[in-house]
Amino acid sequence: MEAFSSHRGVVATLDRANVDTDQIIPKQFLKSIKRTGFGESLFFDWRYGDDGKPNPSFELNQPAFAGASILVTRNNFGCGSSREHAVWAVAQYGFRAVIAPWQDRNGSRVPGFADIFRNNCVKNGLLTIELSEAEVDQLFDWIERFPGLQATVDLEEQRVILHMDEEVAFHFDVDPVVKDHLIRGLDDIALTLEHEADITSFEQQHETQLHA
Amino acid sequence: MAGKTLFEKIWDKHVVKTMPDGTVLLYIDRHLVHEVTSPQAFEGLRMTKRPVRRPDLSFATMDHNVPTTTEDRMTIRDPISAAQVEALRANCKEFGVNLYDLQSDHQGIVHIIGPEMGITVPGLTMVCGDSHTSTHGAFGTLAFGIGTSEVEHVLATQTLRQSRPKTFRVEFTGQLQKGVYSKDMILKLIGLIGTAGGTGYVIEYAGEAVRALSMEARMTICNMSIEGGARAGMIAPDDTTYEYIAAKDRPFAPKGEAFDRAVEYWKSLPSDPDAEFDRVLTIEADKIAPQVTWGTNPGMVVDVTDRVPDPHSVPGHSVRDVEQALAYMGLTPGTPMTEIPLDTIFIGSCTNARIEDLRTVAGIIKGRKKADSVRVIVVPGSQQVRKQAEAEGIDKVFIDAGAEWRHAGCSMCLGMNPDQLKPGERCASTSNRNFEGRQGKGGRTHLVSPEMAAAALLEGHFVDIRNWAA
Ligand code: SF4
Repeated sequence: MEAFSSHRGVVATLDRANVDTDQIIPKQFLKSIKRTGFGESLFFDWRYGDDGKPNPSFELNQPAFAGASILVTRNNFGCGSSREHAVWAVAQYGFRAVIAPWQDRNGSRVPGFADIFRNNCVKNGLLTIELSEAEVDQLFDWIERFPGLQATVDLEEQRVILHMDEEVAFHFDVDPVVKDHLIRGLDDIALTLEHEADITSFEQQHETQLHA
Repeated sequence: MAGKTLFEKIWDKHVVKTMPDGTVLLYIDRHLVHEVTSPQAFEGLRMTKRPVRRPDLSFATMDHNVPTTTEDRMTIRDPISAAQVEALRANCKEFGVNLYDLQSDHQGIVHIIGPEMGITVPGLTMVCGDSHTSTHGAFGTLAFGIGTSEVEHVLATQTLRQSRPKTFRVEFTGQLQKGVYSKDMILKLIGLIGTAGGTGYVIEYAGEAVRALSMEARMTICNMSIEGGARAGMIAPDDTTYEYIAAKDRPFAPKGEAFDRAVEYWKSLPSDPDAEFDRVLTIEADKIAPQVTWGTNPGMVVDVTDRVPDPHSVPGHSVRDVEQALAYMGLTPGTPMTEIPLDTIFIGSCTNARIEDLRTVAGIIKGRKKADSVRVIVVPGSQQVRKQAEAEGIDKVFIDAGAEWRHAGCSMCLGMNPDQLKPGERCASTSNRNFEGRQGKGGRTHLVSPEMAAAALLEGHFVDIRNWAA
């Protein structure tokens, strides 16, 4: 896995909430048995017209967002299925980080990203950043005014910095486990296998209740 | 010290080790595998020369891609689908994983065959590269969906690195009205908390209305936990659970003395009376009306007696999101839900394609014909369900009503096989997701209970089945 410390790139916006994994990568692209080649199919139904040509009214097709590598979107991004293909598509399109707002709903905090999607991101070196709704509104605002704006996402410092005449920065929180994982670009399975002896001794006393 | 929840009891029993960073290595008792989310995981094992640690605890079947017509089932015409199914065969053979292939009478949707074969019992940890793994929680087991990297991790290590989720108890008090079912309970809940409302939590469903439900109906609720954002939903095991497991033809379930011992253990699992949850919510089950979705996520739902909402009046959704959803769905605010004309009825999916679901639908439509305007597809959840239905003559009821009677698979729930909606087609579906394009590009989905779908197939539109005479 590619390690992540800091990344600078063009910021694109996608002004929709509850973007589900069926939208991120429609079913017909889940048939591949490979781990690559998903970037072209990202947001397929929105991104291309029936003639197969890019749909000019879809946000990411704006010329100013060409080559964008940071995506700002709305709450509950990546909900729906567990398909890791969705994360592969976002990453292989060229995004290194996705920013979405957490929300306060009746006093409880609703995360910006769906659970399984966020987990899958960690496994693929894609950084998910949660900011407040007000901050994300501000980002949308700036990018509407300055299309093609660049930002730096600094994981070490936990900051998103917008490169305007005067720099604007937002702090974000990140799970220390996730941070460490991304910065070191670790291979999970190898790490777990270091505890092989523990797994084996656990197995010896554990009843799996399988009767066949 | 407070008692423990059902979730905590199971979690604690499966911790292999707590890591310095606070995450745990969690042992996984059962791993279900299907053709869509596993090929890259097996490929990863091959590349790193790692074996499957416990092939005996891994169970595979093909469900997403398989055609459901008798003619096409064995020879998948779409070469890419065929390659994916073939890859699963080859991988299971190479790594020694149990496979229920198309010829097997146990083939079916992975979440239907697990319980059916006794693979799912209380007190386990279960995972699958599929978000609806939450279904199995109906047995009082911790079951959740994972991505392909985690599938590979489980295959290689039989464990997962996890942070402990929070707990959320949802209590349904009172009894459901006649004509209201477990599908309506879960849709109601999602309407209340939103599609992200359960994110980060494991939900335990409790209360009188839940206790009264059959195992099939409980599975419907747990299945859709993920639509409310929760990775797992659970229901404490009770006599209903034990009876279901004791039924014949559950090859992996404990039997005889082993069963008695198991029941003793399972009885210790329900949450202690003084157990504490991070969040609680009470819903009056007797106030729930049949639910119908109008939008493009399962939280966009109303009572069947309601109208298509005004974009400014939907809590938890921005005006723009509602406008987009209504435009996609081709609906005008103010239209009574009962006046929306339908052209397709899909009865199937891991939410509602168990034998009980088919029996109820058949009971409602018996001796009657479908409305001329609709096409009806009935897809049993497994080949076992199909066989049982045929033994009971239920298939005839469907065929006589004018429905298509199919073989097991996911089918039009997500349309990875040839069963898809065409652009603009409008479907009453017993499945779990009404996302844009889910059932076919441009297709429009309304999620309902099997009973609501049965009435809709006769009438060609939704009706309030509480006061509807078939
Ligand atoms: S029936 Fe639908 S929701 Fe269930 S496993 Fe298949 S595709 Fe997923």
